[in-house]
Amino acid sequence: MRGVAGTSGARSPWLGTAAWRGLFSDRPMIPLLALLAVLVVASEIVRPGIVGPEWIGIMLRAAVPLAILAGCQTLTMLTGGIDLSVGAVASMAGFVVASLAAGSGVPTGIVIALVAAALAGLVSGIGVGVFRVHPLIMTLGMSLVVLGLVNFWQLQTITTSTGIPGEFRTVGSSTLAKILPYSLVVFVPLAAIILVGLRRTGYGRLLYAIGDNPVAARLSGARSWQILIVLYVVSALLAAAAGFLISGLTNTASVSLADSYVLPSVAAAVIGGTSIMGGRGGFAGTIVGALILTVLSSLLTSLGYPEAVRQILFGSIIVAVAAAYTRVTTES
Amino acid sequence: MTLTTTGLLLEATGISKTYGAVVALKCASLAVRPGEVHALMGANGAGKSTLVKILTGAVRPDGGTIAVHGRPRTVHSPAEARRSGLVSIYQEPALVPDLDIRSNLRLTETPLEPFRHWLHELGLEDLDLSSIARRVPLASLRIIDLARALAIEPDVLMLDEMTAALPANLTERVLEVIGRQRGGDRSVIFISHRMIEIAAVCDRATVLREGETVGVVDVTEGSEERIVELMLGEGVVDMPTAAERRAAAARASGATARLTARDLSSGTKLSDVSFDLYPGEVLGVVALEGQGQDELFDILAGSQRPSGGELLVDGAPVSFHHPADAIRAGLVYVPADRAEALLMQRSVRENIALPFTARIRRWGLINAGDEHRKVDRAIATLQIDTRAHGEVRRLSGGNQQKVTIARWVAGGVRTMLCFDPTRGIDIRTKNQIYVLLRDLAEAGAAVLFYTSELKEVQLVCDRAIVIFGGRVVAEIGAANADEAALLHAAYNLRSGALMPEQIVAEATAVEAAVVVPADPPAARPTGPEADR
Repeated sequence: MRGVAGTSGARSPWLGTAAWRGLFSDRPMIPLLALLAVLVVASEIVRPGIVGPEWIGIMLRAAVPLAILAGCQTLTMLTGGIDLSVGAVASMAGFVVASLAAGSGVPTGIVIALVAAALAGLVSGIGVGVFRVHPLIMTLGMSLVVLGLVNFWQLQTITTSTGIPGEFRTVGSSTLAKILPYSLVVFVPLAAIILVGLRRTGYGRLLYAIGDNPVAARLSGARSWQILIVLYVVSALLAAAAGFLISGLTNTASVSLADSYVLPSVAAAVIGGTSIMGGRGGFAGTIVGALILTVLSSLLTSLGYPEAVRQILFGSIIVAVAAAYTRVTTES
Repeated sequence: MTLTTTGLLLEATGISKTYGAVVALKCASLAVRPGEVHALMGANGAGKSTLVKILTGAVRPDGGTIAVHGRPRTVHSPAEARRSGLVSIYQEPALVPDLDIRSNLRLTETPLEPFRHWLHELGLEDLDLSSIARRVPLASLRIIDLARALAIEPDVLMLDEMTAALPANLTERVLEVIGRQRGGDRSVIFISHRMIEIAAVCDRATVLREGETVGVVDVTEGSEERIVELMLGEGVVDMPTAAERRAAAARASGATARLTARDLSSGTKLSDVSFDLYPGEVLGVVALEGQGQDELFDILAGSQRPSGGELLVDGAPVSFHHPADAIRAGLVYVPADRAEALLMQRSVRENIALPFTARIRRWGLINAGDEHRKVDRAIATLQIDTRAHGEVRRLSGGNQQKVTIARWVAGGVRTMLCFDPTRGIDIRTKNQIYVLLRDLAEAGAAVLFYTSELKEVQLVCDRAIVIFGGRVVAEIGAANADEAALLHAAYNLRSGALMPEQIVAEATAVEAAVVVPADPPAARPTGPEADR
């Protein structure tokens, strides 16, 4: 008999792995949606009757801030970067509004928080775009700076009340007819802007371009520092918006409010098919990635394991899914 | 099943491979006898590179069998292939750029003495093994690759476009060494687009067309015609005659030059280079490897600042801080290295439209209709095969090269700087590029065209400048720019003194000094200053 090179999968009973790979690499959303469906079914099996309108509302409500923060990661990862300052910026934004709401009013608080976030993003963008600091280091450093500044602010405003404004609580945690969270009012326009921005604007094209091949982008006349500065400002503004929602959702404001979101936000983007090396991915996958992580986390909670076990499982599953997804969607 | 492998060193039959919707190979076969140099021929996209990658285990085939010494082999990785005696040299150098040559050899467990021996044979005896790979010129890296492969004495050595980046004298040496492999018990599979090389060293040729083996030809006197016929499967594109071209390109006296270089310098690599490039002409640039042509093009493209001299566009002085400045002044650049110009993971459309959106004022919503019109027109002009339009990396080398040119054609060309745009691509695509460059010139564009294939000068250019040691040493009109004249000038010899073969022999000493310069060639700028 002659050796047959590399055809092992082709004789499997239904479809060769190559065919599956072809399907998945052309339509990467299919395996993601399938995984989400599996997790929903598993949730129903673990706790029969749990999946209903109210559950959907809770899942969406929890997924929205994560999806926005994962949007920050998607945008920066497309250029081959990452934004680890989203946690600090989001916490800062929530905290600033909470501490200013009573005195200066909510709108003023929001404006000040957004301006502060934009400044943080501007500094990160200048660091990454002009001084060529690696995004990982730049945003990690930036998050410490922001944390320090918020701590400083906290000491200054120790006497003022730090109540979460009612508007935030409504938008962050209430649901319409128990299924549609009000946070979608913030999320849907933001998501639409990101989706359209990536697919239909020159700026979106350039994000992919400098992530795919910075030399080619440069030779085509793109000035990467301009693109990167705008990118990190946008990312910080998105993080601030997520911070508002998180403070409303949890009804708390603290300097470390959104810290626990940082790694899940990266994981959601990676699971959603955005390459951490840049040039590949999109926000639609990221949204599904955020939903997957949210449902998974609630499923693990309802299994009743201790926190430590949950963390171990959560981490392992994220790694496994990311690895499997990469295998299934990239060609050999 | 009868085994017909008796006496064959390597036999591959019925090899197929598809990438998504694109069929790279559908029924390719290759039989190599011991002691022969076997050419693998085919137009771009015919599947040559894919077949070699399958043979060396870099890519897994969807079907087919591979037998070495009559025994079936499943090759899963280059390391496994190497143990089976199959070694390949790909189109790109395979050395870790940040390690010195000695460490690179250690990585592949290459025995040092045989390596030195082959280096000597290949005419690179004075290479310093402790130099960092990224500082060694491309041509020398190719020679190192080859010496390394020869040193481990493979049964089958595969050379994929080995000579494409080599200057003439090194090519001679390489061919000579390969030729000496004949008659032993080892074999060489040789891929080249240069027919003259095939004729010089190969015994037989397997011709691929559209992923299929369409013929095996004994290489003898006059077999070139047959090979070309098999490769193309149709008539060869005719070039407009030289007379037609030069008539069309005759420039009005007193016209302003589109681009004027005055005493351009760049460190020690380029000194006092001056020339005029007029609208409606193709100006050739000829130079041996590493004579400052890279720096010249980088300066013109805005990637590098000159250390001295002046640049004028339409008579007005310009100063480029970024490629964007050059583009705004109408100077668009087609680099030699396609990997430098393309977004490999993005679509053909996005690659062509990339310059459209580069400027801030174009960051907004894309005018899809307008973009489609421009991109489709460029695709049609260049006859790009867009079956694999989803990701540019799935295109063949020739189609990728066309995309890098289409990018600028789409927006209208005033001045195009082409750096060896036909390197490593097939005859048909080359012809299309020649025709395109002539068409651009006739439409009023100015084209600066560096080429490492001397005969292209007479095919495409109206005149040529020759650079040697960073200086312009000659300007030759197309009528006189035959290969011998250009070669004389490129080696900075007085014309008529020697025949090319003698020059090669004489110039080896000169060239060796040139190929391994004391200071590193200026790398493509990646630093912060260079980017702004």
